[in-house]
Amino acid sequence: MLEAITLALPSRLAFCVWRRDMESWKRFAGSFFVAALGEPILYLLAIGYGLGRFVQDINGVPYAVFLAPGIIAAAAMNSASFESTFGAFTRMTEQHTYQAVLATPCSVGDLVGGDILWAATKSAASAALVLLITAASGLTPSWLALLTIPASLLIGLMFAGMGMIVTAKAPSYDFFTYYFTLAISVMFLFSGVFFPIESLPGWAQHLAWFLPLTHAVRLTRLLCEGIVGLECLYEVVWMASVTLGAFAVAERLVRKRLVV
Amino acid sequence: MHRSDRATRQGEANFGEVVDTKPHAGPTPVVEAEGLTKHYGSRIAVDRISLRVEAGACVGLLGPNGAGKTTTIRMLSCLTAPTAGSLRVLGMEMVAANHRAIKAQLGIVQQEDSLDPDLSVENNLLIYASYFGIPRREAAKRAQELMRFAQLTERRRDRIRDLSGGMRRRLMLARALINGPKLLLLDEPTTGLDPQARRLVWERIRRLKQHAVTILLTTHYMEEAANLCDRVVIIDHGKIVAEDAPETLVDSVIGEEVIEVYLPDSSASRGVLEKCRDFACRTEQVGEILYLYLRNGSARQRAFEALAGYRFTRRKPSLEDVFLSLTGHALRD
Repeated sequence: MLEAITLALPSRLAFCVWRRDMESWKRFAGSFFVAALGEPILYLLAIGYGLGRFVQDINGVPYAVFLAPGIIAAAAMNSASFESTFGAFTRMTEQHTYQAVLATPCSVGDLVGGDILWAATKSAASAALVLLITAASGLTPSWLALLTIPASLLIGLMFAGMGMIVTAKAPSYDFFTYYFTLAISVMFLFSGVFFPIESLPGWAQHLAWFLPLTHAVRLTRLLCEGIVGLECLYEVVWMASVTLGAFAVAERLVRKRLVV
Repeated sequence: MHRSDRATRQGEANFGEVVDTKPHAGPTPVVEAEGLTKHYGSRIAVDRISLRVEAGACVGLLGPNGAGKTTTIRMLSCLTAPTAGSLRVLGMEMVAANHRAIKAQLGIVQQEDSLDPDLSVENNLLIYASYFGIPRREAAKRAQELMRFAQLTERRRDRIRDLSGGMRRRLMLARALINGPKLLLLDEPTTGLDPQARRLVWERIRRLKQHAVTILLTTHYMEEAANLCDRVVIIDHGKIVAEDAPETLVDSVIGEEVIEVYLPDSSASRGVLEKCRDFACRTEQVGEILYLYLRNGSARQRAFEALAGYRFTRRKPSLEDVFLSLTGHALRD
């Protein structure tokens, strides 16, 4: 256990890999802002205000206010998932970046750790941008909503770890279609982003517990409501555990694929 | 923390123009492989090879496609675990616990272009330096020196996509030197380059040799091996088939002279072969060309007599003759 934790702690070299990713990203910063802001705004407008007008208040709050934290969590999930699949796969195959990095004192752990950290950084940035919009529209009234930014870093780490596992196993870009359709889209729709999980039948609620996004949404919703307590801690521990497990598996699989 | 300390200390070594100029102390070979073997499932990529590379030497690993060159280089680079045999690099046993320490002192140029395409020339070097724990200021200084070495100073702010193939290769080489490596591993350093670009890379490698950098390179170009290497190791089907200085190999395997006889048709060889058997130290037929390898002047005299009426040319033998006669003319894919 101790070993798993020390392994997961980002090393100095992981931060070097993180910096490589960040420097390379600078040229594409423009498109990132468009994607990070555009999509959530469209969802908030179309679903939150458009559809929301026909929806009664949920737990005593207007629908758009209910939706906002879900969109924040989903933005964090999407950012990390894209970066750790398409982004990481490009570095692993076409650009041979992983090969170059492994020819230095960096280990597979440093490499995977740095890439996951970078994907999570993008998650936190995406979440911060969405939060800016929702706060400006009065959808997230509590100052504690600011805590959704560090929460999104954790959400990002978790989804980046999962994405990296898929990447390590991916034979080609097409493979990600399965992951995004069968995992990411399912979570987006059934993890409590758009409606409370409690409205699902009992068996489905149990299944939803296994979806990582469910816990991410619960955490961001609690924080946006200004509630910080044991419930939050529970979600943090749940996600941190999945993150550690995903990182350990991803590290192993990438090593198996590259160091042969 | 001790890891970055070590890298820093290494960083203080005088780079000369670009690299460590201090002669390597002690008689320990830089690479010492004994019975080195790599299996991929039932396929044997490298089959019990033994290899020594002395400090300051430039050794060439030659072989047809799939002979095991790259696998060997990967094992030396800590990127592939040997199936069997012993391997010491820079005096360290090749085990996982030593990988970081070994890699800290290696310079590796892999076959594929692995530069960061979205970074500038200079940033490629600086980011790479960070992986070795080289402090920022020192890294900036080395990047300057290495860009001069790679003749890329003018292009320092350019993106990699805007560079020619030759420039990229030179940058790959420069990047591999950022840590002042004690051993440089070059996997086909000039494949795909035009003759001008290739010659420039050779010239740079030669300059490294003058600074006593130990080099192990693989190549498909015999001219390259003959030009750069003090010693060549020819491997085929994962085994070493010959190993010596290029001239010595040519001398011992081929002889002094090659005569290429152009046969009217491939069945005409029998008659000529009959006549040449006594004086040619070796003969080989590929399609309608018959190769006669001659040991000395008197053999040449007899060859001229025997070949009266045939079309033929004579030339000095090269490493390519050695290579082809040892690994055969059959196409490898």
